Amino acid sequence: MTSLLHVDNISKRFGGFIALDGITLDVQPGERLGLIGPNGSGKSTLVNCICGTLQNEQGSVHFDGHTMDGLAAHERTHRGLSRSFQLPRPFPSLTLAENLRIPMLYTVHKRSGTPLHADNIEVRCAELLQMVGLERKTRHLPRDLTQVEMRKLELARAMAAEPKLMIADEAMAGLSHSEIEEILALLKRLNESGITIILIEHIMSAVMSFSQRLIVLVTGKKIADGKPEAVVRDPEVVRAYIGE
Amino acid sequence: MPLFTVLAVVVALAAFMLLRIPNIEYLFVAGYTIVQYIVLATAWNILGGYCGYVNFGSAAFFAMGAYSTVALATFGNQIDEMVPESLAPFFHLIFPLPIPVLIVFGGIVSGIVGFGTGYLTLRLRGAFFAIATLALSVVLATLVVNWDFVGGSGGAYVVRPGEFPLLGSYVQYLFLLMLALAVIAVVAARTIERSRLGYGFAAIRDDELAAEASGVPTLRLKLVATTLSGALMGMAGAPFPYYIGYLQPAGVFGLEYAVNSIAMPLIGGTTSWIGPVIGTILLGTLQQVTTVTISSAVNVLIVGVLLIAFVIIAPNGIVGLVQDRLRARRQK
Repeated sequence: MTSLLHVDNISKRFGGFIALDGITLDVQPGERLGLIGPNGSGKSTLVNCICGTLQNEQGSVHFDGHTMDGLAAHERTHRGLSRSFQLPRPFPSLTLAENLRIPMLYTVHKRSGTPLHADNIEVRCAELLQMVGLERKTRHLPRDLTQVEMRKLELARAMAAEPKLMIADEAMAGLSHSEIEEILALLKRLNESGITIILIEHIMSAVMSFSQRLIVLVTGKKIADGKPEAVVRDPEVVRAYIGE
Repeated sequence: MPLFTVLAVVVALAAFMLLRIPNIEYLFVAGYTIVQYIVLATAWNILGGYCGYVNFGSAAFFAMGAYSTVALATFGNQIDEMVPESLAPFFHLIFPLPIPVLIVFGGIVSGIVGFGTGYLTLRLRGAFFAIATLALSVVLATLVVNWDFVGGSGGAYVVRPGEFPLLGSYVQYLFLLMLALAVIAVVAARTIERSRLGYGFAAIRDDELAAEASGVPTLRLKLVATTLSGALMGMAGAPFPYYIGYLQPAGVFGLEYAVNSIAMPLIGGTTSWIGPVIGTILLGTLQQVTTVTISSAVNVLIVGVLLIAFVIIAPNGIVGLVQDRLRARRQK
């Protein structure tokens, strides 16, 4: 089976600091992949290199049969790669519905070739907000939202681009147990609808229940890749997290 | 024609007719300045208000429009010396160019300058972008001061015809042209605001990284904004030499244009087309009244005081103040 995302030996430096050191990984269509690692291990840098926010110096990223090298972030979004940000970054002066309208106008609209009708956009916004449980705040501004609602908006906006692969960067940090369950259920529903998901998370219970496969990064290197149960028992992973 | 365009034209024509009733030439002279600032403020707002990129170089774009007119007028006066004899009759036929053509020409020149500036500076953000536009203004002013063809540091005279057919005075004709330009600028701004482009601009203003991640081609959109904004400013500047008669680099590149183009949208409100219009009518009228009653030097003081007052009382301008009130009432 050909993989949806193929990251081939990518490296990224910030001055003298090596943030990513020859990472290679594959993601299959429809997969739920967990990506973990201690703080500063390069998870977000990897996401940024995959999504085009940062450009990697070495190696290449292939997505859906095309090479992504040199493409700007918006071009990768057009090709079906979507992400949420670790710290929610809503458009503060736009209402929730308008926040979702941006990726629809600029990604879905362009991809389909036929202009989306205004009514369709309206309906689609309402559907997405209902899916994340924000339908009653359609006309509110992001500043009226709570932390968990903000994260839901972030996910809804990533969804609005109708991606093939979605990367959720720490969508659950700082949330309560029931709120984490809520977000997890949401991500699983998205996966069932056919979207491949990479989940980056520190909360192990969430990662373990969600992931079909787990990848561990430590200081910019991939040290484990496999079934979650096996990976967490891997001596090298244990050492990275707990020490000798 | 869409309803809004019709309304804008009707309002503009009504303003023109109203000013004709007292039949005082000075009203058109003052009115021209105010309407010219509607164009400048609206143009500034496309980049500054919609995209969030503060341009301190409005004077440069305005001056480019004005100086393209001067260059063409000077060329028109020197046709016999500058073109081969065989072509001279043809040029004599089309020169002097009518002002609407000069406006289009000024728009093209400033649009190109806007595109170039955008390409060079848009990787900069915030204060750095603002400083770069200010630098552009200084560079272009130096260029003009050292270019004798357009008058150099001594400035340039443009002799305007005394009368215009049908309307009578030439100032009325210039005022009417500027009104038309204001209608075009306002209709363009409002159309952008409600279009796909407008949503893209708003996303850039709010969060560029998130905009990119949502598929917005930020660099391309910013180039559209700088080009459009520059072109409109140039169009506002093109008839200026005919209005003022004597164009001086120090005047046309002056701080007054840059500061007013920023202050007017800020006072009115930057997120909507109506903000710059309200801000200009308020501030512009106030300036004209004080120029006549007190002194033109007080203008700058008024702008300063009002800006400080608005930053404290209504940071989102008059429109923002009203919107906040309405939203608060709706949520009660």
